[in-house]
Amino acid sequence: MTGRLSPAEAPVAAEGLAAVAAGAALVETARDGRAADRSRLRRRRLVSRLIVGVLPLALFVSIALLGPLLVPYDAVTVRTGERLRPPPTVLRDGTTAPLGTDQVGRDLLAQVLQGARISLAVGLTTVAVAGTIGLVVGVLAAFYGGWFDTVAMRLADIQLAFPSILLAILIAAVLGPSVTNVIITLSLTRWVTFARVARAAALSTKEREFVQAARALGADDARLLLRHIVPLAIPPLVVVATVEVGLVIIAEASLSFLGLGTPSDQPSWGATIANGRAYLNTAWWISTMPGLALSMVVLSVGRFGDQIRDVLDPRSLSRG
Amino acid sequence: MSTYVIRRLIFSLFVLWGALTIVFLAVRAIPGDPALMMLGTDATAQEVQALREKLGLDRPLIVQYAGYVIQALALDLGDSLRLQQPVVGAVAERLPTTGRLALAAMLLAVVVSFPLGIAAALRPGSIIDSIVSVVSLLGQSIPAFWVGIMFILIFARQLRLLPSGGDETWAHLILPAVTVALPLVGVLTRLVRSGLLDVLYEDYIRTARAKGLPAGAVMRRHALRNMLIPVITVIGLQLGHLLGGAVITETVFAWPGVGLLLVDAITNRDYPLIQAAILFITAIFIAINFLVDLSYGALDPRIRVQ
Repeated sequence: MTGRLSPAEAPVAAEGLAAVAAGAALVETARDGRAADRSRLRRRRLVSRLIVGVLPLALFVSIALLGPLLVPYDAVTVRTGERLRPPPTVLRDGTTAPLGTDQVGRDLLAQVLQGARISLAVGLTTVAVAGTIGLVVGVLAAFYGGWFDTVAMRLADIQLAFPSILLAILIAAVLGPSVTNVIITLSLTRWVTFARVARAAALSTKEREFVQAARALGADDARLLLRHIVPLAIPPLVVVATVEVGLVIIAEASLSFLGLGTPSDQPSWGATIANGRAYLNTAWWISTMPGLALSMVVLSVGRFGDQIRDVLDPRSLSRG
Repeated sequence: MSTYVIRRLIFSLFVLWGALTIVFLAVRAIPGDPALMMLGTDATAQEVQALREKLGLDRPLIVQYAGYVIQALALDLGDSLRLQQPVVGAVAERLPTTGRLALAAMLLAVVVSFPLGIAAALRPGSIIDSIVSVVSLLGQSIPAFWVGIMFILIFARQLRLLPSGGDETWAHLILPAVTVALPLVGVLTRLVRSGLLDVLYEDYIRTARAKGLPAGAVMRRHALRNMLIPVITVIGLQLGHLLGGAVITETVFAWPGVGLLLVDAITNRDYPLIQAAILFITAIFIAINFLVDLSYGALDPRIRVQ
C-alpha cells in the first residue's frame, strides 16, 4: 500500500507525506517479522529506542521550563555597552555571555532559552487545540454523516487547497503579532489533518462488531462515541500529533521570522534569526545559535515521531 | 475517463470558489477600519473616506462579495495601494521568476534523490541506507529559511563565492535553489526508497530476474516504472507548492518572485495586493493539483473506474 494514494488522499500527501513514510515502515515490519517471538523482540527493541529518543525532548522541555532560572538576566535587557560580543565573552560586570550578545547587548543564551519556551508553548498548545477540534469534528462527521460531514470535509478540502504556510500568513497578517494569535492561526491551519485521520478511524470503528453489539445492548450515542469510538481514534491521532508538533514549531519560527509571529518584546527563535540577518558580516552567532536550537528540537521531534510510528500500528494512519 | 475529468474539474472549481471566499472574509475581518489600517494613522478623514468608497467598504457585505467575485472572474482585482499598477499585473510579472526557482530546485531534487533512493533500496540496512536515511531526515527537519541564512553566511559572506541576494545571473540561482531543494530531496529519497522496496519483492520482479534479465533492465523496465506513480504525484504536488512561491526562501535571498511580493505587500499593508497574490498562488496550486489528479488517472487505469 506504500505508494498507492487515491486522489482523495493526495492533498494529505502534500501536507507532510507522513502516511507514505508510515506505509514504508509497515512494509519493512511485515517483511522481517515472520516468527512471533522475533517480532516481540523487535518490539522491545523499538520501545527501548523510543526511550532513548525521548531524552533530547526531555532536555528541551526542561530547558524551556527551567531556562529563566539558569541565566541571571532576561532576554530583553538592553546593554548598549556590550553590543555584538562573540560567544563566549566575560562581560564587564563579571557575568558570562556563553552565546554572545546581539546588536543592542541582549544576551543570546537568554534569547534562545526564551525562544524554547515559546516554541514549546506554541507547539504543544496548537497541537492540543487543533487535535481537539480535529477529533471532535472528525468523529462527529464520521458518526452522524449527513450535512455536517459534507460541510466539514468540503471545508477541509478548501483549506488544503491553500499551501498551509500561505493560509497561516494570511490569518496572522489579519490578527497581528502575538503568541495567542500565533496559536489561533496555526490551530486554524492544522486541524484538518487531525479531522481527516479521526474521521477515517471513526468510520472504520463504527462498523466493527463491538460497536454494533453495544448499540444492540441499548447504549446511547454519547456512550458509543465516548466509550467505544473516541478511544480507538486516539492512537492514530497521537502519531499525527508527533509529526505536527515539528511542523508547528517550524511554522511558528517561519511566521516570527517574517515578523508575523511573536511581538518584539518576546523574542522567539524565528525572530532572533531574522534579527541576526543584518549582522551576518560582524556577528554570525545571532542567527546561528537559535537556528541550531530550532533544528535540533525539530530533528529530535521527527525521530521521536518515527519511533512512535514504529511502535504503534502504522496502518492506523492511512486507514479509510 | 471523461466523467473522471469532469468530476475533478468541478471539484477544483469548487475549491477555488472556497479559496476566493476565505480570502474575501479574511481581509474583511481585519480588526478596526481596513481603510484606516491601509493608510496609517496620519491620514486625514477625507482620505480614509475616499479609500473606503474606492474599495467599496461602505457598501453591504453581500454587495461587496458579489462585486468581488465578478471582479475576480474578470481577473481585475483593483490597483495596488503602493505600486500604482493593477495588482494582477504586478503578480503576473513576478511569476516567471518564481517559476525559474521552482523548476531549478525540483530538477536538482530529482537528480539527487533518485540515485540516493535506489542505492538505499538495493541494500536495505547497509551503511549507504543509514546515511541516506539520516540525510533525508536532516533535509526534512532543518528549517529551510535558516539553512538559507547559513548558506549566505558561509558561501556569500565568508568564502565570497556566490551572491547572497537578487536574481541577476545564474550564480544568483544556486543558493536559493539548493535551499529549496533540500527538503524535497528528503521527501523524494524516502519515497523512492520505500516505493522500490515495495516493488522489488513482487512476483513479477522475481520472474524477470529468473528469466535472466540483467539487473539494470529489471530495474529500469519493471521496478522503477511501477514505483513511479506515487513519486510523480508527489513531484507534481510539491511543484505546486513551489510555484506558489517559496515565500520564506524568496524573502531570505531577496529573490523577486511572488512570495517576496506577498511579504512586501504584508509589510506595506497593501491589501489588494495581498489578496491578489494569495489568490494567484492558490489558483496555481489548485490547477497543478488538478493536473496531478488527471495524470494519476492516466497512469493508473484503476483510479478512473472508482
